[in-house]
Amino acid sequence: MSTSKRFLVISRHPPYGSSHARDALDTALTTAVFEQPVSMLFLDDGVYQLLQAQQPAAIQQKNLGATLSALPMYDIDQLYACDKALQNRGLQPEDCLLPVQRLDSNGIAELIRTHDVVMSF
Amino acid sequence: MTLHTLNRPPSNTALLTDCLNACSSGDCLLLIEDGVYCALAQQPLELPEGVTACVLAADVAARGLQSRLHDSIRQVDDAGFVKLCCEHPRVISWY
Repeated sequence: MSTSKRFLVISRHPPYGSSHARDALDTALTTAVFEQPVSMLFLDDGVYQLLQAQQPAAIQQKNLGATLSALPMYDIDQLYACDKALQNRGLQPEDCLLPVQRLDSNGIAELIRTHDVVMSF
Repeated sequence: MTLHTLNRPPSNTALLTDCLNACSSGDCLLLIEDGVYCALAQQPLELPEGVTACVLAADVAARGLQSRLHDSIRQVDDAGFVKLCCEHPRVISWY
């Protein structure tokens, strides 16, 4: 018997400076491995994770962008980002390594309401 | 002369304000780790008179920001970081 809940992972921190971004991604991937539907929402400085051309070899870290690009292969294709956060940081859709749906604050509130479990990083 | 290193993004407004208020003419502000987001052309830093800013190149490259830096900000490598520490009698970490 499968009882699926809808999971939402919220990621609010930029990549590499702390483990928050990596933890959010690992949680989303783990949730997907258990065949639960999972969405990701990027808020605040978390939208910097979406930038292309990340080259973290010189700081001895794994490329988070490469893992993000692989999300659709794990059936994580419900990706959302705060429109205001992208705008404030001058990020255009072509700057992003994945297509994300841009949400205003009403959209974000509704997204949260339509998920059963929300985890925030 | 003092070297200031800052490793938090500009969304941490209180830290950035404290750091900039503590800078004097002739000081150098080195942006490292998530501090490199303070160097973007999109949100230019309001540096006090006579203060120069630079960024650690490896942290810029890691975050894919090479083409987004403000023109006035110089990139330094790890050896340049060490050199700055040697050149300045005081080093303050803002974190």
